[in-house]
Amino acid sequence: MTAATAVPAARPMLFPSPRQTPPARVVVTGAGIVTALGLGWFFNSEGFRTGRSGIRPVTLFDVTRQRSRIAAEVDLPPLARTGMPAQRPAARWDRATQMLWLATAEAWFQAGWATAPDTPLVLGTTGGGMALGEEYVRHALQHPGTQRRQATRVVNYQAQRQARDVGLALGVRGPITIISNACASGANAIGHAWELIRNGRAERVLTGGYDALCPLIYAGFDSLQALAPTPCRPFDAERNGLSLGEGAAVLALESLASAQAHGAEILGEIIGYAAATDVHHLTQPHPQGDAAFITMTEACAIAGLGPEAVDYVNAHGTATPQNDATEAAAINRWAGSRAANLPVSSTKASVGHLLGAAGAVEAVVALMALRGQWLPPESTLRMPDPACTFPLVQQPTTARVNVVLSNSFGFGGANATLVLRRWT
Amino acid sequence: MSHVFVHGLGAVSPAGWGVPALRAALERAEPVPQTDLLRPGWPRPLRVRAVPPPLTRPAFLSHPRYRRASVISHHPVAAALEALGPDAARAQAGELRIASILCMMAGCVTYSRRFYEEVLQDPSTASPLLFPETVFNAPASHLAAYLGSRAPSYTMVGDDTVFLQGLAVAADWLAAGKADGCLVIGVEEMDWLVGDALHLFARDAILGAGAGALYLRREAPAVNAIELAAITDVVPFSSEADRVKAAQVVRQQLPPGSPQELWCGSSQGRVRTDRAESAAWQDWPGARLAPKQWLGEAFTAAAAWQCVAACDAIRRGAVTAANISTLGANQYAAGARFTAGSTSPIA
Repeated sequence: MTAATAVPAARPMLFPSPRQTPPARVVVTGAGIVTALGLGWFFNSEGFRTGRSGIRPVTLFDVTRQRSRIAAEVDLPPLARTGMPAQRPAARWDRATQMLWLATAEAWFQAGWATAPDTPLVLGTTGGGMALGEEYVRHALQHPGTQRRQATRVVNYQAQRQARDVGLALGVRGPITIISNACASGANAIGHAWELIRNGRAERVLTGGYDALCPLIYAGFDSLQALAPTPCRPFDAERNGLSLGEGAAVLALESLASAQAHGAEILGEIIGYAAATDVHHLTQPHPQGDAAFITMTEACAIAGLGPEAVDYVNAHGTATPQNDATEAAAINRWAGSRAANLPVSSTKASVGHLLGAAGAVEAVVALMALRGQWLPPESTLRMPDPACTFPLVQQPTTARVNVVLSNSFGFGGANATLVLRRWT
Repeated sequence: MSHVFVHGLGAVSPAGWGVPALRAALERAEPVPQTDLLRPGWPRPLRVRAVPPPLTRPAFLSHPRYRRASVISHHPVAAALEALGPDAARAQAGELRIASILCMMAGCVTYSRRFYEEVLQDPSTASPLLFPETVFNAPASHLAAYLGSRAPSYTMVGDDTVFLQGLAVAADWLAAGKADGCLVIGVEEMDWLVGDALHLFARDAILGAGAGALYLRREAPAVNAIELAAITDVVPFSSEADRVKAAQVVRQQLPPGSPQELWCGSSQGRVRTDRAESAAWQDWPGARLAPKQWLGEAFTAAAAWQCVAACDAIRRGAVTAANISTLGANQYAAGARFTAGSTSPIA
């Protein structure tokens, strides 16, 4: 028996790679989003367009002993009103899984993928079901020897389980890939999904990111004194730290041929992605933003365009003194003379920093800007940092937007850039 | 066709630091001795197979990045440096772009637990030194910093099979020219929290820990060429019946084998857990090996040891090829195949 006859021909295995063909064009046919601005495309689009802020006092857990006491919490509806499946497992879904479900279902139904059981899921997260993990540890410490519900907590804490639960609820059993590259996770996930389709490994992929607020991560950023006591002000000369947020965003990506074959409405096209590692420090970026410069340059090279073709940059812009200075330096260096009139803003001013979901949410914001022909403003910005040679968007703005570049940078030097183009 | 070759192997396991220690333990075919791991509040400790301290202090520990890092960062860099061999210095000199994919299931659990214990006591005094080390991609960041590599680095999370997914991603990266070489590493660390969780599902399973690394490149090495010939689909399961079926699909996607070939499986020496994989591979005609049986359950690290042990056997000429079968803890079954020389991969 030869090797070839032993392999079922149903679909290609993970490796070897499919035969080389011209790279497929990859389009977005569905987008789901959940943030503090609301549930779904409509409420978020209006919120980002007008620069509304969802940052407010934390109510999910006790923060009275923390330096900062605000975050961008999501108002989750009761389970029954979310369209979640009625089966028993859904009743056990934690906050992160619920948000992931809402975003995934919105993207799925918008794309019109009635049946696609082999669809891969590629998701980014930093915490998975961390709230359940915290419950597990608390129970193990406070009630040693009793294991009631501990197995359930372990199983549902793990990111692969949350992805699988949401996939199964839609009838999807395709391969799941979880990328945890800190705050670049969501962008890395979308970029990886884009490469799967572009390289002919898949026709359709559900991809994005999700993260829910929890005491461990909140206390972690507070311990680093990275949290601002007031809503964050990215690229403001007097910025004083980030605001955490929570949420999820999921894109339905497919090859152009697939989208056209089922007559899908195309929301936009992804045309470039690059990832690089900043080796300067675990929590601090290189002062000149070397890796950020690399990702912006390489992503644009893959897209076949230069800074002059980019109409708007959705910056990572966490509002920490070091991150924003680094990113400003990298944008100045990458954009060159184009920087003088290249609009930039950070939508973290509206929804906070969503960590593993940030890159995915910001990709959806980029699609919204491309669809609506507007630029999302930073309502909290008062005095732009003079290090920014580029104009920061401060007011709701109508503009011609054909290409958007979205930056995501994370702890440990995980850097990623996505380039999205308007579909006309 | 995408040719990808294994240029180096590395391992840190309960058998010791390095591939020779792993090989010796597997050749002895005896379980590595167990040690006690205390659980707070419990009268009886967990029995585990922990990684022993290194015989000599590794030089990389003097790098500033490793000053506060835990073993989940130490073990992958040790495995990576062993796998890279002389190419580590070339990477540090900027002559080679080395990408990395770190695969894990439990994550940086020791520091996460310690940090959360501090949060429970008083969040306002929780240590800012611990928190950055709790993040999933901290070990990948330290490794990239040590090698001075700006190439892409992913940290992938899943059950044991994510290591095989990582190999496939690495192969794609190499084909796309994203790097000159790619390290794929499976790593898990020892902590009572993980042992406690494992105990909930399998009371007689013995927790292990450590790391395993494969260093992949596109060009064939001058000697001892080992080719990554295939990685199967990842096949999901949710019930015992599904596990049996998933193991069989993996078996069907790989060549049937010959007496000169090795099967390296993920069975643990526990009848109930091993049933599905044993049934799928009962007619394997060649040699058999199951590292978990002697080294313990170490999830992604154990999957990496399977590949390291198989490639080591091919490298030494003991077998001509090896099929890998991995039945993950709770998500997928998957398989891989390595062959000696430049044998044509599966079409």
